[in-house]
Amino acid sequence: MYSYSDFDESFVRSRVAQFTQQVERRLDGSLTEEEFRPLRLMNGLYLQLHAYMLRVAIPYGTISPRQMRQLAYIADTWDKGYGHFTTRQNIQFNWPKLPDVPAILSALADVEMHAIQTSGNCVRNVTADHFAGAAADEIEDPRPYAELLRQWSTDHPEFQFLPRKFKIAITGAPNDRAVTRAHDIGLRMVRNAAGEPGFEVMVGGGLGRTPMIAHTVREFLPVADLLPYVEAVLSVYNILGRRDNKYKARIKITVHETGKEEITRMIEERFAELRPLFGGNDQRLLADIRAAFAPPAFRNAPTDAYDAFYKADAVFRAWADTNLAPHRNDQYAIVTISVKAHGQTPGDATSEQMRLMADLAERYGHSDLRISHEQNVILPHVHKSDLPALHAALTQVGLATANVGLISDIIACPGMDYCALATARSIPIATQIAERFKALDLEHDIGPLKIKISGCINACGHHHVGHIGILGLDRAGVENYQITLGGDGSETAAIGDKTGPGFAYDEIVPAVERIVRAYLAQRQGPEETFLMAFRRLGMDPFKAALYENEGAQDAA
Amino acid sequence: MSRRYSPKVVTANRLREGDVVYLTADDQWSPHHHEAELIEDEAHAQMRLLHASAQKLTVVGAYLADAKAGPNGPEPVHFREGFRARGPSNYAHGKQADLRS
Ligand code: HEM
Ligand code: SF4
Repeated sequence: MYSYSDFDESFVRSRVAQFTQQVERRLDGSLTEEEFRPLRLMNGLYLQLHAYMLRVAIPYGTISPRQMRQLAYIADTWDKGYGHFTTRQNIQFNWPKLPDVPAILSALADVEMHAIQTSGNCVRNVTADHFAGAAADEIEDPRPYAELLRQWSTDHPEFQFLPRKFKIAITGAPNDRAVTRAHDIGLRMVRNAAGEPGFEVMVGGGLGRTPMIAHTVREFLPVADLLPYVEAVLSVYNILGRRDNKYKARIKITVHETGKEEITRMIEERFAELRPLFGGNDQRLLADIRAAFAPPAFRNAPTDAYDAFYKADAVFRAWADTNLAPHRNDQYAIVTISVKAHGQTPGDATSEQMRLMADLAERYGHSDLRISHEQNVILPHVHKSDLPALHAALTQVGLATANVGLISDIIACPGMDYCALATARSIPIATQIAERFKALDLEHDIGPLKIKISGCINACGHHHVGHIGILGLDRAGVENYQITLGGDGSETAAIGDKTGPGFAYDEIVPAVERIVRAYLAQRQGPEETFLMAFRRLGMDPFKAALYENEGAQDAA
Repeated sequence: MSRRYSPKVVTANRLREGDVVYLTADDQWSPHHHEAELIEDEAHAQMRLLHASAQKLTVVGAYLADAKAGPNGPEPVHFREGFRARGPSNYAHGKQADLRS
């Protein structure tokens, strides 16, 4: 894992010292709120409905056991004993008090963590495939590139005041687990005809009020050209971006208004200017960073105990079938720990759970932990012979839910329960859907199905790319939920289509159930997933299931 | 034609703690919605808001929120204000826990 250099260490410490003074000056009145607000946002501190919220970056989702324990310590000392993992591989603390924030930032710095650039119109935390460095389908570990981008973008003087926030996602595998096509820049590793690795560069994706799938501006970018090319994209955007209108300020609108051809031309032109200015230091730095991401020393041991247990124990088998993914070393597995027990808030982990996951990572997982954009925690390297013991330990603290990729593995943003921008709640919708399908005992039968819920048009819950997306709105002072179907965040990315009129708070769970029952009735077999069935059947049967009964009821 | 003014309370978040507070008739900041001053006159509301906004070392983001009279004092009208007065619905955190007596 990457360790801070002396430069990183002193930079983060100096930012803590700087913000400590800013908080003091705010508390003694030398700074007004108008002056202080941008300063606190630069350090990840928001004011939400009931309290402040501190957003801490977990760069490319990678975190060590020691860091995880420190998050638990922060949760216990200055918050309410839990944290919320988000779709952007951050953790949010919902209850810090302003005078305590400097101490929290200092505790984070003690374990090489920070909240810098988790807000504001700058390059945000770079997100990556949560299976990076472990996945069987991976070309190369994308995290050294993500770390290079992080170092380059942190405090980059040209890009501190972009027209709007800027999000980069990167994956080293052809199967896109990082939703790269919904980011300002998406980077997907591919090989060229000569077999060399490089990046497909996608620009102008984004969700929010105008959802767009990114355009490919470069089919193949040699890895050595990464920084100058990304810098070219940023600098073209920095000039063209619509600073006059917040709703048109994201690069997706710039790409849309400029046209893909023209913007590609401008990026290439700028790239030609910038390329010679990169004299090779970036590549030397990259080589050092790469060394820090060397794979762990994999154990070579028999896996028969796992095979036997898998056959013998049905509960373990159900968990293994949903929560394990293929590792590049076939004696190993990638374990997803579901932080989505039915009825629990998606993405919330208690300090006790954090500490246990840290312990388990040390005992069984080569001390590596990941946070996924789907709000779960990953142990990327577990030897198969350790899986039964790991599963037993997880069961004891309620972390063995066998639902990864299923209907109750829901992404939900904080919504009206916490967020000052929300127009409706999202968390209780998620917990009710999960509990409903658990009561029906249908979720394993339904198979892979991604539900994603946002509490307003900003789409932090990725609802546009949910197979079933749910958007909470305020209709004349009442919560109302709009459904989209057919969204997809993978390499076959698509924005979901609206079904029609929305549903009231107490109608939305039955509505989802009608959709799912229509799918079960019409699928060609269990191997046809919800998304495949939707693509074959189109909207009509689902619309009928959603709305026809309603008409009948009205007529009755 | 003047429309009837819908009554308001002045609300904000406390600077240090960040929690939700309401301006009372005797110029205190109360954590209880029902202790807020229910303001039925627009000009008076603007004056009270100015008064609240000037308290830069106590509160942040003061604004006027719709409210209605209830048996124990003003009650929220919009569900957003209901959550602010109570706390989140997924845990017994915030006011619903802190103010339990
Ligand atoms: C609670 C405080 C939050 C605030 C004030 C906030 C604000 C926003 C806003 C204004 C946007 C729209 C940006 C645009 O379209 O230009 C947005 C988008 C987004 N936010 Fe949040 N957000 C919050 C929490 C979260 C959380 C908890 C997550 C992760 C679960 C998250 C992840 C995202 C994502 C993925 C998008 C959409 C992708 C994009 O187009 O950027 N945000 N957020
Ligand atoms: S989608 Fe809206 S409600 Fe949900 S976290 Fe984002 S801004 Fe808040």
